[in-house]
Amino acid sequence: MQAFTTIKSTAIPLPIEDVDTDQIIPARFLKATTREGFGDNLFCDWRFDREGQPKKDFVLNNPTYRGEILVAGKNFGCGSSREHAAWAIGDYGLRVVVSSFFADIFRGNALNNGILPVVVSPDFLDQIFQAIEQDPGATFTVSLENQSFQIDASGTSTTFDIDPYKKNCLLKGYDDIDFLLSQKEEIEAYEKV
Amino acid sequence: MAKTLFDKIWDRHVVKTIEGDQQILYIDRHFIHEVTSPQAFAGLRERGLPVFRPAQTIATADHNVPTINQHLPIEEPLSRKQVDALTQNCAEFGVNLYGLGHKYQGIVHVIGPELGITQPGMTIVCGDSHTSTHGAFGGIAFGIGTSQVEQVMATQCVLQRKPQKMRISVDGELAPGVVAKDIILYIIAQLGVGGGTGYFVEYAGSAIRDLSMEGRMTICNMSIEMGARGGLIAPDETTFDYVKGREFAPKGADWDKQLAYWQSLPTDAEATFDKEYNFRAEDIQPMVTYGTNPGMGMGVAAQIPKQAKAGESEATFKKSLAYMDVQPGQSLLGQRIDYVFIGSCTNSRMEDLRMAAALIEGQKVASHVKAMIVPGSQQIALQAQAEGLDKVFIAAGFEFRQAGCSACLGMNEDKVPAGMYCVSTSNRNFEGRQGPGARTILASPLTAAAAAIAGEIVDVSKQVGVLA
Repeated sequence: MQAFTTIKSTAIPLPIEDVDTDQIIPARFLKATTREGFGDNLFCDWRFDREGQPKKDFVLNNPTYRGEILVAGKNFGCGSSREHAAWAIGDYGLRVVVSSFFADIFRGNALNNGILPVVVSPDFLDQIFQAIEQDPGATFTVSLENQSFQIDASGTSTTFDIDPYKKNCLLKGYDDIDFLLSQKEEIEAYEKV
Repeated sequence: MAKTLFDKIWDRHVVKTIEGDQQILYIDRHFIHEVTSPQAFAGLRERGLPVFRPAQTIATADHNVPTINQHLPIEEPLSRKQVDALTQNCAEFGVNLYGLGHKYQGIVHVIGPELGITQPGMTIVCGDSHTSTHGAFGGIAFGIGTSQVEQVMATQCVLQRKPQKMRISVDGELAPGVVAKDIILYIIAQLGVGGGTGYFVEYAGSAIRDLSMEGRMTICNMSIEMGARGGLIAPDETTFDYVKGREFAPKGADWDKQLAYWQSLPTDAEATFDKEYNFRAEDIQPMVTYGTNPGMGMGVAAQIPKQAKAGESEATFKKSLAYMDVQPGQSLLGQRIDYVFIGSCTNSRMEDLRMAAALIEGQKVASHVKAMIVPGSQQIALQAQAEGLDKVFIAAGFEFRQAGCSACLGMNEDKVPAGMYCVSTSNRNFEGRQGPGARTILASPLTAAAAAIAGEIVDVSKQVGVLA
């Protein structure tokens, strides 16, 4: 897993609530047997029309908005447990998703793939959307070490929660499986009781 | 200390607590299917690891499989490749597979209970969010991503923080024509699609206890649709009667020992929850959804809200109604429909098929409607045939298909065309879920069957004569 430290980037606004993983990556693209290449179909049915042409009004097709940060309405990633949603987001080049809350399974899947889900208050989320609206070139600084998210133009900053274990994993690029394998003896001892 | 059903099972399965409240949770049963497992098997191969406990791992092919001519090779090359990969992976890693053509093949959340693999007091995971279904037996069951599938394959454990606890009680008697699916659609409409996020839900109350195991599975199945990782129901005589005698259920002295454990599981009277909701069964009508998430549901005789619910965005609400091509304030009664799908891990069991068959017997599907029944498993298909239900459906103009996930998510050929309305007994009405541009109206098997006959949305509670 790719380690995560600090990211300074412009952001892509997606002010829609309850974005489900079927929108992030539709089921018909789940037939692959590897983790690569899902970025091409990220938000496929919002991004492309039935002939495969880009839809002009969708934010990913607007060259004004670029960056490694996606800012979305509340309850991002609800629905299906498909980790392909996190793979698609990562493969597209995003490293951070910001929302006022995330669906549980998506949040876990993101963390397991080096993508940082940042939970901010609804008010702060509005401030981020406003900052992007005022200046699409506005940058934001995300520090995992400090657990902070800053609107660079105004210097306004907020902190976010992350589980200390998962934080350590992300900072070092470790995944859970290495840790669990190191606990084999205790797992086997548990099984005997 | 007084404990809830959830606490009792969770605490018993904690191997160890590590930093930051993360816990190593031992998993009793791991179900896998073709869509979310190939990358996990590849991970094991890269690390040179075996499946740690193959005897606790059960595989089936369901998401991608065709529902006609299952004896022939799968035509769609990518689906075939994925199902073949599952077969090869299971052979290589020694995992028991109920693959296409096997008499036990079916939707993973249907076959686990049906074979007695799913039992009270267990921890169960699967790379599928509807794993919550198994909680109906009084176990902790939840969906996981593929990275976690790999973890469970490698260590039989997941790393997880203990969720908060919610209890939702439904007391009273259901009106005629109102069934388990309506209860859960009602609850989700009340709490919203994020209302259960961070929680595990115990469903309680007399209306829940009165349900069959099939009905309880329908309820727990849709826990994830309000954001809850899982839902569970205290095991009781209904549960024990269902499990007893099934192929992989405990037998003899082992049964007695397990039964004593299961009987100790229900929530202690003094135990507390982080959040509680109470609903009255009498307030629930047959439900339909009008929007593009399962929280956008209403009684079939109600009108679509004029604006977004408090705390929800108006833009998201309008986008949703525009996709469905419905208007604020509109009734859905009389809404012309094009497709009916009765199936999915929510509603494809014998009880569902029996209630639909009873409603449509001797009638004809409306001429403009394409209607399909997809049993949840090979065993259900056989049982339905033994009871003559297939003939009832076919005589009415339904297609009676073979087992699989089918049009719930349209990974196989069973898709709903763009712009068409489908009354579906499945669990998600997301944009494009049943095919790009498809418009899904979630409902119970009764409401779906009645819509197939009428060719439009009708209030099945007005057909009580038929129901009786």
